[in-house]
Amino acid sequence: MTLTMVTAGRVLNQLRHDRRTIALIMLAPCLIVGLVAWMFHGTPVLDQFGPVLVGFFPLFVMFLVTSVTTQRERSSGTLERLMTTPLRKGEFVAGYAVAFGVLATVQAFVVVGFALLVGMDVAGSVWLVLLVAVLDAVLGCTLGLACSAVARTEFQAVQMMPVVIIPQLVTAGIMMPRDQMPEVLEWVSRVLPLTYAVESLQDLARGAQWAGVRGAIGVLVLWIAGAGVVGVLTLRRRTE
Amino acid sequence: MVNNDDGAAVRARGLRIVRGARTVIDGLDLDVPAGQVVGLLGPSGSGKTTLLRSIVGVQANVTGDLTVLGAPAGSPGLRRRVGYMTQAASVYTDLSVIENLVHFAALAGRRGAAAHAAAADAVAAVDLGGHEKQQVGSLSGGERSRVSLAAVLVGDPELLVLDEPTVGLDPVLRRDLWDMFHRLSGEGRTLLVSSHVMDEAARCDRLLLLRGGALVADTTPDELLAQTGAPDAERAFLTLIDRANTGTGTGTDAGTASSGGVR
Repeated sequence: MTLTMVTAGRVLNQLRHDRRTIALIMLAPCLIVGLVAWMFHGTPVLDQFGPVLVGFFPLFVMFLVTSVTTQRERSSGTLERLMTTPLRKGEFVAGYAVAFGVLATVQAFVVVGFALLVGMDVAGSVWLVLLVAVLDAVLGCTLGLACSAVARTEFQAVQMMPVVIIPQLVTAGIMMPRDQMPEVLEWVSRVLPLTYAVESLQDLARGAQWAGVRGAIGVLVLWIAGAGVVGVLTLRRRTE
Repeated sequence: MVNNDDGAAVRARGLRIVRGARTVIDGLDLDVPAGQVVGLLGPSGSGKTTLLRSIVGVQANVTGDLTVLGAPAGSPGLRRRVGYMTQAASVYTDLSVIENLVHFAALAGRRGAAAHAAAADAVAAVDLGGHEKQQVGSLSGGERSRVSLAAVLVGDPELLVLDEPTVGLDPVLRRDLWDMFHRLSGEGRTLLVSSHVMDEAARCDRLLLLRGGALVADTTPDELLAQTGAPDAERAFLTLIDRANTGTGTGTDAGTASSGGVR
């Protein structure tokens, strides 16, 4: 547990030195939310689309940041060095999840706050909206760690994004209601986690309470745990 | 410090390491005596780094016996007792010198004031005083590699496995580091230091000469020169290789004859 916090502290320390990345992580989603609010001013589009952005951005950004960061740990040799220390693989993965969870919490407050400011209406609990956003971010982080074993270079790590994230976006029910999809794709969308994030956020915006979204939140937690386990299992202490 | 019965910090028997389709090391027997500064010398590509990685437990496809401080190489318990400095400076370039060192001290089990004290000692040992708050990314190559060395020191390990720690450093600093290595071995620690610079051989207590994944000699600097009649380590090494090639004595014979301790 303590080495988890040592790792989380170190990752946060690295982020603290990179103010521009932090600024981009906080401001880029606000820019998009702001554009949508402006474009569809006076219509209820932001109420439908705002929750989607609030759910998608943490997943997308944290996946990308984690993939690139872990790839950097591999190529710089720091991961190899860490593997010779008492740090356990689970502590490494958990440390990353905690660090990006903290960053995601700040991001969620900023983005949700901004969305509310520019007119997104949330009839349900704003706290549950924040919770889903943070879970999405932690999921993005653990998926990034799980996929980093496959990517050999930073280019490949970035290319994992369209492979892992975009299909989730396509099948999440935003482009087409899920019940109109071909049956196989509807099944696929029922498995992928972004579907549940988007659905729960849209339900919350429409006024759902904990009882209405706890199932979807449970699925997200399961995905986080599953991706975390894959991340630990694919991390190799011994390499060629 | 804890040694096993015959005083070997590292003992390999029939060690075989395969990388991809290539067998880098095939049937290597080797002993690193405890409490000494042992040089692992050889040209690049001779298998030095692969051997060091297998000793610290991060090399895949290792077979044969490899015992480190009495336990199988790579055992979880060894991670607290063995420190490894990789060839490229493996520290975080976006953190300051002191942040790196406190981090690695914490991983080795030191917290708070103890971690900061260990970091301050290590900074002094590698002569980086004044650079503590500087980001590693803004340091020169030689300075980075010293941060990397300091990151081993903060863990206070019994066995230090150092992959070319003195590359690119000025002669004064190199001398100071070698003095420090001997000070550390004087405290009972074992240092296994790789180098492809033959003139560093003279500074070691014991030498292991590796070529093509095989041990060409296991000797001391004095014995190496006496045995080959060469004026310096570089030419002594060449003599040994020539002998091995012409068959007037196989590689390990040169070492066995002088050390008498290799079974």
